[in-house]
Amino acid sequence: MTAITILGAGVMGLCIATELAARGTTLPRIIDPAGKPGAQACSWRAGGMLAPYCEAESAEPVVLRLGLDAADWWQANGAEVVRRGTLVLAPSRDRTELDRFARLTQAHRPVNGDEIAALEPELAGRFPRGLHFATEAHLNPRAALLALRDRLEAQGVAIETEGTPAGLIVDARGLAARDQLPDLRGVRGEMLVIRCPEVTLTRTIRLLHPRIPLYLVPRGDGIYMIGATMLETGGKYRVTARSAVEMLSAAYALHPGFAEAEILELGSDARPAFPDNLPRLRRRGGTLYANGLYRHGYLLAPAVARMAADYLLEGRKPEFMDEDHP
Amino acid sequence: MPVFYGTEVASPLMLGTAQYPSPAIMAEAFRAARAGIATVSLRREGGEGQDFHRLIKELGIPVLPNTAGCHSVREAVTTAQMARELFETPWIKLEVIRDDDTLCPDVIALVEAARLLSEDGFQVFPYCTEDLSVCGRLLDAGCQVLMPWGAPIGSGRGLNNPYGLRSLRAHFPDVPLVVDAGIGLPSHAAQAMELGYDAVLLNTAVAKAGDPVAMARAMALAIEAGQLAHGANPIEARDMAAPSTPLFGMAVLA
Repeated sequence: MTAITILGAGVMGLCIATELAARGTTLPRIIDPAGKPGAQACSWRAGGMLAPYCEAESAEPVVLRLGLDAADWWQANGAEVVRRGTLVLAPSRDRTELDRFARLTQAHRPVNGDEIAALEPELAGRFPRGLHFATEAHLNPRAALLALRDRLEAQGVAIETEGTPAGLIVDARGLAARDQLPDLRGVRGEMLVIRCPEVTLTRTIRLLHPRIPLYLVPRGDGIYMIGATMLETGGKYRVTARSAVEMLSAAYALHPGFAEAEILELGSDARPAFPDNLPRLRRRGGTLYANGLYRHGYLLAPAVARMAADYLLEGRKPEFMDEDHP
Repeated sequence: MPVFYGTEVASPLMLGTAQYPSPAIMAEAFRAARAGIATVSLRREGGEGQDFHRLIKELGIPVLPNTAGCHSVREAVTTAQMARELFETPWIKLEVIRDDDTLCPDVIALVEAARLLSEDGFQVFPYCTEDLSVCGRLLDAGCQVLMPWGAPIGSGRGLNNPYGLRSLRAHFPDVPLVVDAGIGLPSHAAQAMELGYDAVLLNTAVAKAGDPVAMARAMALAIEAGQLAHGANPIEARDMAAPSTPLFGMAVLA
């Protein structure tokens, strides 16, 4: 069996390493100059929603199909997966957004004000209608990456900070692989992390809005991750005042208690995407590129990792091999 | 086909580039629509999005950059200047927004920005209301095309004021007129063309449809139908029926 060296210890690299190690045939090496999962990877700033049905509102059907197993994969690999579903809400004047979202998605049930209050008591009386996607889940991305790292280390795969790749190279460097993948682009996202013990929400909430859609993912201990933006700019890593104001006012519209929140972190990063916003495995010489997870890092990385392992260990041609998606 | 500032474009459908599920679907929608012009926002898609701009240039049709998201004359002028450098075009769709909920144009600032930009050599496509005096002022400011709204941006409500749009057409028979914004359905786009408008500009109705490519094609067909209908000199509506088949001598069916 040829040796395998994985470049990059973000969500893609660690999932592939985990999948390879699980098959037992060969233990890969991982090289990442940072030495551990952290802010150098855009997956560090992800929401951690495992919400294949909601994503189908704007994503291709294959994202739903491949994302269905993600929650099980993460749970089996040491991540703490919270399976409380997703609650999709809209301010009453934007209720047509809710109708549109319902038309474009499945596996939801409409909920009225009382049912919303039963799911999330703090939202009692605030929203007359919503959609509950009961089977969806979320996780804490940073804890999940560190859990993968710990399990790999326990199996004897440590993240090397430098070294010469040997054998077959799996390039999972995300946007850093742009030097080799000219059709890869960065899609910027901005996020913030707040602490607000006064407001207790237990599941992912999506607040629909024609201009400022917002999602909020509970991290536990009164900490929430808030995300919103999708900007077609690879450029500078910064959060604009406009985005911050929009995200915070949308959070305030969700629950006025968020006005008292402490802002722990404002972050921005660029997610790697191919023109169809779908991931790719691309073989060039001795390198297999695994990239283009776009906004679906935690949702699709397990499926792409499985395909990569099938290809590397068994020679099985993956669904997302480049040639099939010109 | 419509002529803007001396340039004839290949189709009266002007299509926006925002909010598609992916750039690949956007490109497919543009092919299905055979759109004549691609509009692109500089502020929201950012001046740094070279990759996205490259994808737009690859559509291979004229690009009309816009100043969406600008709230003042100065912002709009600066954004227009950035757009001219990035896309190497004197064309600019000028948007100056007064209110974020309705995205209602600030027509006072619009006229001022149009004047400054026209003096600076820009060819300005102003996103305006259907108000006759505002439109007159925009022409005075140097605009040679007018783009009144059908309804607020993204609302999909169609033509809120067909009377006003018809009146504008009658007042400025020789100025290229574009219904910009508010289109939700192909029938809305057809109606704009039936009124004698030169083009229709839309984005959300296609990008946020469940199947953007199919909707792009539907819009193109409707616009073609409306354009043909206008050229065909349609009949007037009337209160009394006018039988289209002679009744005399009709067969009696048992």
